[in-house]
Amino acid sequence: MERRSLTATILVHLAALVLLVVILAPVVWLFVMSISSTPDLIAKPLHWWPDTVDLSRYGVLLSSVANSAGEAFVASLFNSIKVAGMATVVALIVAVPSAWAVSRTPSVGWSLYAVIATYMLPPVALAVPLYMTLAWAGLLNNVFGLALVYLTILAPFTTWLIKSGFDSIPREIESAATLDGARLDQILRLITLPLAAPVMATAALFAFLLAWDEFFYALLFTSDQRAKTLTVAIADLAGGRVSDYGLIATAGVLAALPPLLVGLFMQRALIAGLTSGGVKG
Amino acid sequence: MTSNWLTTRAWFLMLPLLIVMIAIIGWPLVDTVRLSFTDARLVGTEGSFVGFDNYVKILSGTNFQRTLVTTFWFAVLSVALEMVIGVLAALLLNQQFYGRSVLRALMILPWALPTVVNATLWRLIYNPEYGALNAMLMQFGMIEGYRSWLGEPGTALASLIIADCWKNFPLVALIALAALQAVPRDITAASMVDGAGAWSRFRFVIMPYLAGPLMVALVLRTIEAFKVFDIIWVMTRGGPANSTRTLSILVYQEAFSFQRAGSGASLALIVTLLVTVLAVAYAALIRKSAGAS
Repeated sequence: MERRSLTATILVHLAALVLLVVILAPVVWLFVMSISSTPDLIAKPLHWWPDTVDLSRYGVLLSSVANSAGEAFVASLFNSIKVAGMATVVALIVAVPSAWAVSRTPSVGWSLYAVIATYMLPPVALAVPLYMTLAWAGLLNNVFGLALVYLTILAPFTTWLIKSGFDSIPREIESAATLDGARLDQILRLITLPLAAPVMATAALFAFLLAWDEFFYALLFTSDQRAKTLTVAIADLAGGRVSDYGLIATAGVLAALPPLLVGLFMQRALIAGLTSGGVKG
Repeated sequence: MTSNWLTTRAWFLMLPLLIVMIAIIGWPLVDTVRLSFTDARLVGTEGSFVGFDNYVKILSGTNFQRTLVTTFWFAVLSVALEMVIGVLAALLLNQQFYGRSVLRALMILPWALPTVVNATLWRLIYNPEYGALNAMLMQFGMIEGYRSWLGEPGTALASLIIADCWKNFPLVALIALAALQAVPRDITAASMVDGAGAWSRFRFVIMPYLAGPLMVALVLRTIEAFKVFDIIWVMTRGGPANSTRTLSILVYQEAFSFQRAGSGASLALIVTLLVTVLAVAYAALIRKSAGAS
């Protein structure tokens, strides 16, 4: 390790402190807003820390009283879970066999470039026909319709990620099992899929979060509590005439909690994905 | 097993994915091309063939040209800022200091925050009456009175870029950090023995390791920035006075607010073409870096 002068050490620590504040301050402020009373939030000069901690907004948003802000929020929470869950399951079902095929068959390797290419497509390129088709099929403002649309993002994404997972499992293991007389379905069921389970779990988790964060299609294709997702509900709150900024912040904290926890606890898998270019920015 | 049979089996296994991709990506894309040559409305009329009318009108219109310039500035400024701050943060995180592993772990927070929540958070921070930014600048005596950061054309785009940058520079930092950790210790040590200064060490010893991953991050971020919709829609909806309207916002307005599906589709294809050029550059880079290693 190189030796540093005392000045350099102090400068490095100061810079680290600045970076810490830059990273943490906005997130912490979101949380502080969610637990501050309204008088604290509109005080001048602003109260950076509330006089009394007020957790009531969490109760308001998570209540299911009819026609309350909570009812709409809880409905959008469940819609997000349903849409993201369905899209993730279907994406995995179509992605796993394709990913294995691409990984083990060099002659179809070029099709992976086609998959990556669709992943780069801007959503606006598909939005108009998708809207017309959903309207025609009666699937506008419907969780199934939105989940179907989310496959446009999730199917290429999971195929790409799981394919790189299969790549890291030596094919010699499969060849050896073939020599021992195992059939393809036995090889996949007993050897390859168990070995690829961690990658598939990671892909499922990221796919779920990708759908959880999605906003553009949800804004276009949903219009009320029957299908509106969390992101649209929050944008409604932020852009609407809600005067309680703390309530908007609380909705943000609740929506951010699942991805933040996954981000903190799955750091290693995440960074491995980032550096291989497999995770969207 | 012949290779022919293996290829057939592969296509068979890929069938479910292919059906899904053709149904919800391939066909809509083709239909967007068809619509772009019609004057179809979003609801109601099928529209009739109008040739290149939509394209001519869009490309010669001031709306498109102004929006393209706005998108260009948003992409260039936010990506440049993210790259510079990201690399500086990575160089810092590669030094020894107390709490380094904690800070490295916390870097994931802005990236993990959903884009809509990030946009909402910064909208609250920039709030003209009660926002934290106004309160802070006031308490430090840096402004005379509260300002409407997102409400004035002069500051709205810059405010958006800062919010976008805060969310995305940690991603660049983490990618750069992973690359820095791959630089062999003895090489940096040897360059110091040879008397290389800090700058030439960075430029000639460390930069070659950073260049590949950073290029990939640069192109990916540029593509994302060109497609930007969410953060702008939530924070300004393209306003004030269209000063933050980007291409995706313009497509949304044309196709969905004004329900002009035909010209909306042609506009969407122009955006797609621009993104494709960037994506092709990306593919070339991947192939190049795959060939190099």
